[in-house]
Amino acid sequence: MAEMVTLTIDGREINAPAGTTILEAATDANIYIPHLCSNEELAPYGACRLCMVEITQGERARLVASCIFEVADGLEVETNTERVLNVRKLVIELLLARNNKHPALRKIADELGVKETRFPVEQKGCILCGQCVRTCREVVGVSAIGFSGRGITRKVATPFMEFPPDCIACGSCVYVCPVQFIPMKEENGVRTIKGFDYPMQKCSKCGRYFAPKKQLEYFSKITNLPLEHFETCVGCR
Amino acid sequence: MKKIKSPEELEQFRSEIQAGRNPKTPCIAICAGTGCLALGSDKIIDAFKEEISKQGLDTDVATIRETGCPGFCEQGPIVVIYPEEICYLRVAEKDVPEIISKTVINKEVIERLAYKDPTSNKRIIKNFDIPFYKKQKRYIIGNNINIDPRSIEDYIATDGYSALSKVLFNMSQENVIEEVTKANLRGRGGGGFPTGLKWKATRKAKGKPKYLICNANEGDPGAFNDRAVLEGTPHSVLEGMVIGSYGIGCHEGYIYVQNEYPLAVENITIAIEKARELGLLGKDIMGSGFDFDVVIVRGGGAFVCGEETALISSIEGRSGEPRARYVFPAERGLYNKPTNINNVETWANIPLIINKGAEWYRSIGTENSKGTKIFALVGKINNTGLVEIPMGITLREIVYDIGGGIPKGRKFKAVQVGGPSGGCIPESHLDLPVDFDALSEVGLMIGGMIVMDDLTCMVDVALYFIKFLEEESCGKCTPCREGVHQMRLILERITEGNGKKEDLETIECMGKAIIDGSLCGLGGTAPNPVLTTLRYFRDEYEAHIKEKRCPAGVCKALTT
Repeated sequence: MAEMVTLTIDGREINAPAGTTILEAATDANIYIPHLCSNEELAPYGACRLCMVEITQGERARLVASCIFEVADGLEVETNTERVLNVRKLVIELLLARNNKHPALRKIADELGVKETRFPVEQKGCILCGQCVRTCREVVGVSAIGFSGRGITRKVATPFMEFPPDCIACGSCVYVCPVQFIPMKEENGVRTIKGFDYPMQKCSKCGRYFAPKKQLEYFSKITNLPLEHFETCVGCR
Repeated sequence: MKKIKSPEELEQFRSEIQAGRNPKTPCIAICAGTGCLALGSDKIIDAFKEEISKQGLDTDVATIRETGCPGFCEQGPIVVIYPEEICYLRVAEKDVPEIISKTVINKEVIERLAYKDPTSNKRIIKNFDIPFYKKQKRYIIGNNINIDPRSIEDYIATDGYSALSKVLFNMSQENVIEEVTKANLRGRGGGGFPTGLKWKATRKAKGKPKYLICNANEGDPGAFNDRAVLEGTPHSVLEGMVIGSYGIGCHEGYIYVQNEYPLAVENITIAIEKARELGLLGKDIMGSGFDFDVVIVRGGGAFVCGEETALISSIEGRSGEPRARYVFPAERGLYNKPTNINNVETWANIPLIINKGAEWYRSIGTENSKGTKIFALVGKINNTGLVEIPMGITLREIVYDIGGGIPKGRKFKAVQVGGPSGGCIPESHLDLPVDFDALSEVGLMIGGMIVMDDLTCMVDVALYFIKFLEEESCGKCTPCREGVHQMRLILERITEGNGKKEDLETIECMGKAIIDGSLCGLGGTAPNPVLTTLRYFRDEYEAHIKEKRCPAGVCKALTT
């Protein structure tokens, strides 16, 4: 059992295991803090800055990203102060300037009372939360995509903007994207992700296209089982 | 070279070097720092060498010393003739034969090459009689003109490595940290964090190995103070690092320096090699049994890599993106091990503190800012250059007494202190002392100084810095990446005459949110140039927006 600590969030006393983040502790206590880049399957990242909260430790009050900052005994957390809301409103307005259509963003904007962004909108779609890049690296383990450029030119990209040789077409990036920016479709035995085509494997028994060939090759490689083992779909195995 | 195996052997080596040198032998010291090199000092060095061999002069008649930057960059290339310390400025190749025959051989002064005081019109012959140097206290860079940075003998001859010897053989590790803590040395990179506390935290932190880093990623536009220290006196940085490693208890160090500083990289590389050869670095330093070695890591020149956690990522081979700083590098830094990072100038202060003692060090400066600070003094100022001043003197003294005021009789308008993270202040704040706390109260950081005259448009200045930061933002967190970009668009619109009346309020409000919301120090200070210009020069912004007029006549769209 992890050691428990006691902190207050919005005046409520909360017990949480040491080592958890404020965001996790708040979520467990049914206290809502908006967030976009945080995902419990991924290492804390702290990039979107929506989940900022104001903390007081001793004399000092400051803003921290709740998805990174770990709980501690006696920590006082406020999730809705004026300073916090000022940051969140700016962040959502800035994100709306990249994508003012997606319901997930509009919902957060509504909650914050932001009707429209003050900034000129340049539809880019992607909000650079990095969940796709991090999932590919931390969960899938292939690092087929990464970031290119810096500052405002930062983009999620494949190496040299070409066909990503390490991509296994698993579609995890598509799945985790909070704004459904990465398109994926399957047609005639081919899975297409963001314009790149990957042939699918036909099940040796039922004949159904069930998984990308590259993903099965990857499974074979990491499990040390023969590729044939994976050429039958789970239903027929 | 024979390795030095004890303090006695170091002293013996020092005496041998000093005995082999006659202080009366004429020596021609020529600045070979980046500033003077850009003005052609390499050709002058060649011309001196050629002339000496042409005239067949022996080394007891004339020797040449290629030195680091003495500071008076405005008047380079700089040549100082010893032992008389005759200083010649703006020396050209054609002056070389005359300098040799008249000054070096016949001890005659060539008046036209000496500094001409602009107020009295008198020629000033001796180097340190020049007003530019008079109010300075040059404990760190003062030696630059006296030594060839590539010669470890020069450094040792001027007391080099005596602090290291003292530490290794006469002080406990705790004593070293205590001395630095007592001296109240604060981080010279701008943050002003007490160095002793940082060292103590790294020393106490659990985990091994521990690492030590010298942050030489100086990226602020207009700043070259760290470069000049690394180029001109690399051994003081190295000596400081070895002393620090002993105090903290670590054996591996890194110097992170951007590749755009080729001469700094070259000089520190030579310094490391020479120190290793002499046994002042590496295994069993000076026979003490203590090991410490240093590796140079060359950065690609990203400004954000000056931020400690981004710098650590970069050394680890990742892209230079900051991490959340809720755990300090002292606890978990490089490769997740306890790591102590200090700036170049901070390291260079260490031998001084050890040699002269914390009490002496504390006698310089103000209540909470001790010692000296090196500034790159640039912009609309008569004496552009590198200055080292005791903490506590006022900005006015730097601008007028040392800097010689504003060129062409123009009026002072503002001074930008602390690079892109700092801010601009007007004339009315010039009597502020150089002091970490006093400056931070008005929104400034301690760093480079850029002086501006009345022909400068403050909106344009703010736009310049914001553009720089927009390009240098790593792009990881939203407020910095998107916020600074949007701020740039608004400022650009204002300078083009398309400002809206709500713009100023928007800028102020988003400025606060960017400071509060950003992941690292870059975003956390990015709005400063805008917020400070807005605070002190609001009328100028308003003229751009309401009257579509640029009072300084800079913004093209508003001047026709």
